Amino acid sequence: MSEDTKQLQQVEAIVQQMHGRKGALLPILHAIKDALGCVPPAAVPIIAKGLNLSRAEVHGVISFYHDFKTEPGGENLVQLCRAEACQAMGARELETHVESSLGIGIGETTADGKISLEPVYCLGNCACSPSVAINQKVYARVDAARFDELIAELGRAAS
Amino acid sequence: MTKVFIPQDMVAVACGADELAAQVQQQANESGVEITLVRNGSRGLLWLEPLVEVEQGDQRVSLGQVDADDVSSLIRAIADGDLSQHPKFLGDIEQHDYFKCQQRLTFKRAGLADPVCLESYRANGGYAGLTRALAMSPQEIVDEVKESGLRGRGGAAFPTGIKWQTVLDTAGEQKYITCNADEGDSGTFADRLLMEADPYQLIEGMTIAGVAVGATEGFIYLRSEYPLAHRLLDIAIERAQNQGWLGKDIQGSGHDFQLEVRLGAGAYICGEETSMLESLEGKRGMVRSKPPLPAIEGFLASPTVVNNVLTLAAVTTVLAEGAEHYQNFGMGRSRGTMPMQLAGNIKHGGLVELAFGMSLRELVDNIGGGTASGRPVRAIQVGGPLGAYLPESQWDTPLDYESFAAIQAMLGHGGVVVFDDSVDMSLQARFAMEFCAEESCGKCTPCRIGSVRGVEVIDRIRSGTERANNLSLLHDLCDTMEYGSLCAMGGMTPFPVRSAVSHFPEDFGAENLAAGEQQVKSSAEEVTH
Repeated sequence: MSEDTKQLQQVEAIVQQMHGRKGALLPILHAIKDALGCVPPAAVPIIAKGLNLSRAEVHGVISFYHDFKTEPGGENLVQLCRAEACQAMGARELETHVESSLGIGIGETTADGKISLEPVYCLGNCACSPSVAINQKVYARVDAARFDELIAELGRAAS
Repeated sequence: MTKVFIPQDMVAVACGADELAAQVQQQANESGVEITLVRNGSRGLLWLEPLVEVEQGDQRVSLGQVDADDVSSLIRAIADGDLSQHPKFLGDIEQHDYFKCQQRLTFKRAGLADPVCLESYRANGGYAGLTRALAMSPQEIVDEVKESGLRGRGGAAFPTGIKWQTVLDTAGEQKYITCNADEGDSGTFADRLLMEADPYQLIEGMTIAGVAVGATEGFIYLRSEYPLAHRLLDIAIERAQNQGWLGKDIQGSGHDFQLEVRLGAGAYICGEETSMLESLEGKRGMVRSKPPLPAIEGFLASPTVVNNVLTLAAVTTVLAEGAEHYQNFGMGRSRGTMPMQLAGNIKHGGLVELAFGMSLRELVDNIGGGTASGRPVRAIQVGGPLGAYLPESQWDTPLDYESFAAIQAMLGHGGVVVFDDSVDMSLQARFAMEFCAEESCGKCTPCRIGSVRGVEVIDRIRSGTERANNLSLLHDLCDTMEYGSLCAMGGMTPFPVRSAVSHFPEDFGAENLAAGEQQVKSSAEEVTH
């Protein structure tokens, strides 16, 4: 069985299991994202059928929320907080450093597919800014040197 | 028996608490020192994280900013039964100046124990409010909340009791309690801290709301950026259910209430109540026109209470201690306590729960200790990304809803973000527009298009292109957004922008300044007339 078919069977199973809940679409999309790393376009008709919605409605919801991507990102997700509390502690300078050290801009993935860089507007760590999250784990008071250290650790963990 | 408390709070973990906890346990084992490690919530003194507390006998003492190098000396001190000589020793944390100046009602239990331990919650006064509520009639509960003067802590400050009354009075087969835990404002973290330190308080508050208005189902709409809060709430809900504090026939009262956590998906706008309801229903988070009020037609067109985490939490204190007790804190029409959050460039960042009325200057200078950078404070943004930037001349404003409204500012959700004198206020104004453009739901034109145009106009001002004309244009645009937008997103983005322009004009170009200001004033006057 191909990888794609397996994925769609997972989608089918999730929709089957959750379609009866009130306001089921977001929980379903989260479950698909958790299982597959993204919500692939081929999942849309299955979800639409299961919830008696049009494909446009499902697509509209997926595209509205930052969390739902239609393609898998890099192996590691690096999120930089860009909101005011972090700005007050040098987040703009950190962003410049991060972009030049990773060689990618915000919203991009490195050529080797290892790291995706995304913006986030507040991680709730505003008393110990600037904040960076790597694969959902938040780090406090991150300056340029600390950032490079964290990325180096990521490389070591992978090898 | 020695208990060692190391918080599992997200900030503590971001400062290394997980690694620290593992090292403490390992070294204690290796040295044959018997300890019980408790992963508590945070006490809210966030700059001291990881804040370790050690309980021996009836003494509980703390050590601040503990790192790996401190572990072996910590274990030795525990074995000796004397921590007072440890270099990181702080003594009883409740006697710390930062703690002593606070009036902790909502955060009284934060950090005391394992957050999901229901026995600890009950032993420290938990479920006293609901127990009392279960013996009252719905109208009596609503009256008590009205009398307490409690207003919505999410930002809009609407009287909670009046909202509840509307839901109580509206007929409906199924009513709902929804909790807005989409804490997206930068500089705010009180909801997160509460859910990670004392989740049962929120559950209890929602149950009281359910009993009061006749709702049997509740949802916590939690932002996806808070995975720990999600995990802890799920555990707490399950345990409360198992112990008969949720579900059918709560504590034999005949009342039913079931509760579920629903995750947001990274959209700031879903912190707006009608957008949150759309999102809960599984739709795009598009703002609804009001009326109808959510209290009359909310979730799935049914009567729905929408309250912030801190509001629902405060209800437990109101019911447990009585409306009068809660009323006695505060000033004017702002009653009770407000959990303020010190953030940004601040030496002592953390949670400060205070009765309304202290001045902003006192909060930032005396409690917060000034900037982290050691440079002078230049601007303070209160109330999140839609709140005004306040210059020094306004720092004596007392922290209460009406005083802030009087200076075209807002207390909002209590976030205080401090900037030192290196800040470029034109960049901050630009960011306010940029953020609105990024996060607008797109339903109304002033917000959707206005914010994009706002960025462009500010860019022209910053580059010196027809400054005076563009400043005047910016003010026109702010008027359009303020008066023409459907919700607070577009309607209040002008607050940070206007405050930056009018209080920090030097950052918007010195030349042509007088002319620009002139036009700013005249356009403001036109609106008032």
